Amino acid sequence: MPPHLKHFLPKAFWIAGLALVFLLLYAPILSAVLFSFSADRFPSLDMSGFSTQWYAQVLTDRAMLEALGNSLTVAAITALIATALGFAAAYADYRFRFFGQKAVLALALLPPTVPLVILGLAMLAFFSRIGIAGTLMAVVAAHVVIAAPFAMAICRLRLAQLDETLETAAQNLGAQPHSALARIVLPHTLPAILAAFLITFAVSFDEYVIAWFTGGLNETIPVAVLTTLQGQVDPTIHVIGTMSFSVTLTLVLIALAVVLSQSGGAMSKEET
Amino acid sequence: MTAPAIPARTSLRRFLFNRAWRALWVLPLPVWLLLFFAVPLGLLVAISFWSVVNYRLTPDATLSAWRYVLGLDFLWASFWRSYSLSMASAVAISLLAFPASYAMAFVAAPRQRLILLGLAIAPFFTSYLVRIYSWQVFLTEGGVISSVVQALGGKGESLLNTYFALFLGHATLALPVVLILQTIALANVDRTGISAAANLGARPAAILFRVILPAARPGLALGLLFAFLLSYAEFVSAAYLGGGAFQTLPILVTDLVRAGQQWPRAAVVALLMIASLLVTAFLTVLWAYREKG
Repeated sequence: MPPHLKHFLPKAFWIAGLALVFLLLYAPILSAVLFSFSADRFPSLDMSGFSTQWYAQVLTDRAMLEALGNSLTVAAITALIATALGFAAAYADYRFRFFGQKAVLALALLPPTVPLVILGLAMLAFFSRIGIAGTLMAVVAAHVVIAAPFAMAICRLRLAQLDETLETAAQNLGAQPHSALARIVLPHTLPAILAAFLITFAVSFDEYVIAWFTGGLNETIPVAVLTTLQGQVDPTIHVIGTMSFSVTLTLVLIALAVVLSQSGGAMSKEET
Repeated sequence: MTAPAIPARTSLRRFLFNRAWRALWVLPLPVWLLLFFAVPLGLLVAISFWSVVNYRLTPDATLSAWRYVLGLDFLWASFWRSYSLSMASAVAISLLAFPASYAMAFVAAPRQRLILLGLAIAPFFTSYLVRIYSWQVFLTEGGVISSVVQALGGKGESLLNTYFALFLGHATLALPVVLILQTIALANVDRTGISAAANLGARPAAILFRVILPAARPGLALGLLFAFLLSYAEFVSAAYLGGGAFQTLPILVTDLVRAGQQWPRAAVVALLMIASLLVTAFLTVLWAYREKG
């Protein structure tokens, strides 16, 4: 930034605004972690003591462990497929000029803008017709739709930094298309592929609307939380929350560290 | 000069190989999206013209679901409530995020900005439901906020079932996205324009309102649009923080399907939502890229 930019309001105002937003974002997360260790059933500021009883309760709850298994299965398969499809689409857009390229790009960016309630409704209708409603595979098929655009965007961002002539040069020197891809493009894109895998995993692991609509009796963790929310106060939600936060925050922060450290220069003009 | 037979054949093979190689990369995502995204949405459009006979969904070509839903007074009440609440949230979230985005774009050093952006976006991917449940703990009677207010001498009533609670839910969902879009928009404002205005003696207020804001308008508008889109589609805050005091369209859709098997009617409501979203998106983009008058 230009050092001589005079701010309209004092610096402290803008920094206070930043602090307020971070407080709003992280207060619910920190409070869930705090109360997950509370000895009381009803969370309040005067905690009577520290306890891990709710953790013990969650870890011995068979329904919850089953939901965790479902979540991990769905998220892992979703992340694999979504990353593969996302990378393929990003590479196709980078490498080739083909008919309908813009239309494909638009189609790929559309799913995140459609309300999940509507997607869930449409997919439940469709899956019931083809007879796979209520299975985990239905949830995977739907989650890939909402996760793949993230994977595509991450991979495309990284590919934009690769000199387009390198691959052609390799092919002119006699390299087959696949070996040029394997030796030049893949190593360059690998961090982005890893980041895409982690982000898509997190997207699927946290998604509850579509999983609730299409999963039937196969509950995932967020769907189990949704069902619990409808009941009364239940401290185990804080435990599940703390465990989910540690999993997804770790995945996402690793992914972001990878993406941001490599595309930082591309993000704004003045950093050259 | 004559083309020998063998090279012609190898070039045909090469041509076919190239085609197949290209299709291998181009096709998978569009095919998946057509099958599991476009077809289901198309089916939803079709279902809005179907009928329910003896509790069974039957293919048909009737406008009865459309007539029924469009004639419901409480649907329109619900539609305008949803729309205005989400728009209010979107404006408020944008205003709330702006000082923070400004700080990240103009106060923080580039390296700090990346770290802050990372920390801002990370919650977007983490247990939204648990965070909503956490807000319940803050807002409820005898909860964190009311204890603090009581300690300060206030009454400390429950804040649940108020618009403030609903807004907090919307903000929890949309803030990360709005922060990213605003910060990128602000950070990409041409610095030489800012310096030029300053050198020509423009006051800080003029620099902000007449140089920075107009230049960042597309990104700021996109942030507003996404905040609206996310708030409009969200139903957990409305159900659990708003306490059912705010009957919104997404709640209506789930009720129609879960309770009454009224698929065609639910489809009509869903399509109305999509139509209103498209109109809003179109108007916002028009406004974002409008020439300066």
